Amino acid sequence: MSNTDQSKIRNFCIVAHIDHGKSTLADRIIEKTGLLTSREMQAQVLDNMDLERERGITIKSQAVRTIYKAKNGEEYIFNLIDTPGHVDFNYEVSRSLAACDGAILVVDAAQGIEAQTLANVYLALDHDLDVFPVINKIDLPSAEPERVIEEIEDVIGIEAQGCPLISAKNGIGIDEVLEAIVEKIPAPKGDSEAPLKALIFDSLYDSYKGVIVFMRLMEGTIKKGTKVLMMATKATAEVVEVGYFGAGQFIPCEELSAGMVGYFTASIKNVRDTAVGDTVTDADNPCKEALPGYKKVQSMVYCGVYPADGAKYPDLRDALEKLQLNDASLNYEPETSIALGFGFRCGFLGLLHLEIVQERLEREYNLDLVTTAPGVIYKVHKTDGTVIDLTNPSNLPDPSEIDFMEEPVVSAEIMLTTEYIGSIMELCQERRGRYLGMEYMEETRALLKYELPLNEIIYDFFDALKSRSHGYASFDYDLKGYEQSELVKLDILVNHEEVDALSFIVHKDTAYERGRKMCEKLKEEIPRHLFEVPIQAAVGGKIIARETVKAYRKDVLAKCYGGDITRKKKLLEKQKEGKKRMRQVGNVEIPQEAFMSVLKLDEGK
Amino acid sequence: MNNHKEGVREIAVYIHLPFCVRKCLYCDFISGCYSEEIQNSYVNKLLQEIDWFFAERKKKKSENIRISTIFFGGGTPSILPTNEINRILCKLKDNCELSSNAEISIEVNPGTVKLSDAGEENKFESYRRMGINRISIGMQSASDDELKTLGRIHTAEEFDETYRMAMKAGFDVINVDVMYALPGQNYASFEKSLRKVAALDPKPKHISAYSLIVEEGTPFYDTDFHALGKDLPDEDEERRMYEGAADILAEYGYEQYEISNYSLPGYECKHNCAYWTGKEYVGFGIAAASLIDDMRFTNTKSMEEYLNAPDYESLLTLQTDVEQLSETDLMSEFVILGLRMNRGVKDSEFFERFQLHLWEAYGGIIETHVGNGLLYRAEDGSISLTGEGRNLSNYVMKDFL
Repeated sequence: MSNTDQSKIRNFCIVAHIDHGKSTLADRIIEKTGLLTSREMQAQVLDNMDLERERGITIKSQAVRTIYKAKNGEEYIFNLIDTPGHVDFNYEVSRSLAACDGAILVVDAAQGIEAQTLANVYLALDHDLDVFPVINKIDLPSAEPERVIEEIEDVIGIEAQGCPLISAKNGIGIDEVLEAIVEKIPAPKGDSEAPLKALIFDSLYDSYKGVIVFMRLMEGTIKKGTKVLMMATKATAEVVEVGYFGAGQFIPCEELSAGMVGYFTASIKNVRDTAVGDTVTDADNPCKEALPGYKKVQSMVYCGVYPADGAKYPDLRDALEKLQLNDASLNYEPETSIALGFGFRCGFLGLLHLEIVQERLEREYNLDLVTTAPGVIYKVHKTDGTVIDLTNPSNLPDPSEIDFMEEPVVSAEIMLTTEYIGSIMELCQERRGRYLGMEYMEETRALLKYELPLNEIIYDFFDALKSRSHGYASFDYDLKGYEQSELVKLDILVNHEEVDALSFIVHKDTAYERGRKMCEKLKEEIPRHLFEVPIQAAVGGKIIARETVKAYRKDVLAKCYGGDITRKKKLLEKQKEGKKRMRQVGNVEIPQEAFMSVLKLDEGK
Repeated sequence: MNNHKEGVREIAVYIHLPFCVRKCLYCDFISGCYSEEIQNSYVNKLLQEIDWFFAERKKKKSENIRISTIFFGGGTPSILPTNEINRILCKLKDNCELSSNAEISIEVNPGTVKLSDAGEENKFESYRRMGINRISIGMQSASDDELKTLGRIHTAEEFDETYRMAMKAGFDVINVDVMYALPGQNYASFEKSLRKVAALDPKPKHISAYSLIVEEGTPFYDTDFHALGKDLPDEDEERRMYEGAADILAEYGYEQYEISNYSLPGYECKHNCAYWTGKEYVGFGIAAASLIDDMRFTNTKSMEEYLNAPDYESLLTLQTDVEQLSETDLMSEFVILGLRMNRGVKDSEFFERFQLHLWEAYGGIIETHVGNGLLYRAEDGSISLTGEGRNLSNYVMKDFL
């Protein structure tokens, strides 16, 4: 493969808003170029986790290499890199884009440009990628390709006249897309004789081969035996195997050289050594400087994860260890809660990442989990001049030791149809948003810009946005930095005892509202006891809200004769089973669901 | 291993007669309106089942079974012509010994006892003659409005008449069923019903007072529940009725002996006490449950299946909820059912049956609920529910499972 002509390689990705058909187009490209027959195709080849298929989103970056015989008679190697499709994974997206030379922009012919379309296309343009648009779903009755073409030209400012009009789902216009890839995506450049310089855009842990590193070669050559150095993590290893990506399989080859996309293995034990964005070079003949853009991945959202059954703590630890092998952005450390026992404080890229990890733990490792309300990292400036990163509300120092606190803030772009501007602005206002401005994309659509505290958008902002705009708003954000803020710890007391796992940090202006809703929610969740159970919300020892679960008055079966006994026993067993799913705090039993109820405070709005 | 005094196996017999004039709106028993033909075929089948059962027992082992109580329940057993009841009684007596002081009860509803097929003034005369010695009358309420809400077929006056007829026929032991927590009912109207029963002359020996439970699958639940829900007394009112019932009835000399049952001293229902003290019982007819040889099972609930079963074998395969009780199951049932009764579970009886003391088997649980104030533990280790414990009996009982 070393003598493959660079001019016959096309490294590209597809960018799109969620559900505009990115993965379907990828599948068509793979199918049409003959890598798989349509019979072998399972829907959406690249999304190979069950979870990805179910949710219709891409979580991990993937790559696939196919051969395309163009109309000019030449054979081209296509390296298609599928990027994750969610704001939680923006950094991974940026690294995947950096591995490409061009991008296909897929826009839904009915929906037009959405927030993620913009975010992703700007990201691609920032990486100097040549972008060409494709209008998808043109066979929908509501398709308006002409309008969308105009919108692309007006809003994004890239040429769209004459772009392929396709239906990825029904295989219309795919040939045009393939030809456009050859014509419009530039061939890679780079000197194969120069010292090795390759970009890691993802990695995967395999229990036989160790870490499989996904990379794009910028310069130089890599083959079996090359001693590689990861320039940021300083890890070194000797290459065991290099190869490229078939559909769902790794195909070994002799060597890979500048301009190519492929993988290597080197018996590396942990994905932490092969961080996304790091530069791989030859330890014996290193390149002068690493590729730009490497960032250490940082968790944005934290929550406590506990086994529902305390005895399963070792199982949870093993499962987290295994998941982390494959997910460098997941981190965890042990913690103890009075209410929940032994568990872990886990850090995630965002709420979706959290949900994915939680679901994988439950599904792949068969664990029943209790998670606490997710929070962000607050910076606590203490009076003694030290600063702590607060990930667990319970660790908030005494107010007397706190000088001030800071919270992370994002700049958000919300694209929406103009009729919902009022209600969405109201939502942003409720979430302590700072209005930055608004641009009209066209008569009926606008782009709202806000600065929002991250802790106001991590739980249910997406849902609220969806419901208040009837699905006509889309949303994207970037972390902007930290800002000083008047934050307080809201404590929940059940029967006068503080339940540590229910504490969370809020802005002082929203503390009352949150506290009240939390008490109301818990009143529904906590079963009646033999005694009255007060539920209180408190800030700094001052009670700000209260609800009461009335004492049990009656729990009796009036009739129980011969024929009722079986049924009665079943009833009692069910009751007993319910009790098992409770957590004992003081002398009150709290159902596991209650610890997650803080997530659903906005329900029913 | 139980109940084998002097080599005799004592059993309680339940006969299920699933026939109604009209189904009450709250009823979740297996019952319905059937034609006379079906009623007749049913009784024939029931007689066959009795024969089959005893033949099977005799095949398996030699034992001396004696029936200590018989209970005709339903449905409304009094719908049937009295000779049908008599056929069943005779069939039982043909197959095994009947205890000389056997309690034989039948449930009747006002409005179904007047017509007698045997030429007597009413059905009670025949019942008396065939050996039935206890009558249970479903009065439910003394308010015609409440009766109407429940979908009962009778008025309060018809109850009075029925009661008088039974008395006149010589029935000394009569139970009256009353209900509380009815839609639209308040404490005062319940008290009125209750006092009316307790003040009957002569007094009924036994009163059952049940809280209305709106069960899934009943018309109450299906169609009217939400409408009725607004009308149902709230929980505090309902408990006031419950606790008030014991106090009011005590004024008239009645003692509460089980969660929903009251009697003059010595007139507890022997048949029902058998269920609560872990005795063996055999049920005949659809949906009837049995406990024998530590095995519990329930007959098919389908009339069609029951009538068409060609032999005992097929009836057995149609049984549901078949459960072989382990020693632990037997122990926990002994306690759970025993606690329904005000006398509770005697440690001496528990020990005699299981060779274990209550505190050895359930020390921690007893401790907890004595601490909660829901359980009373006597000096000798016997346990019973406290007043508050009766309100929350499920909460206590589940821990003994």
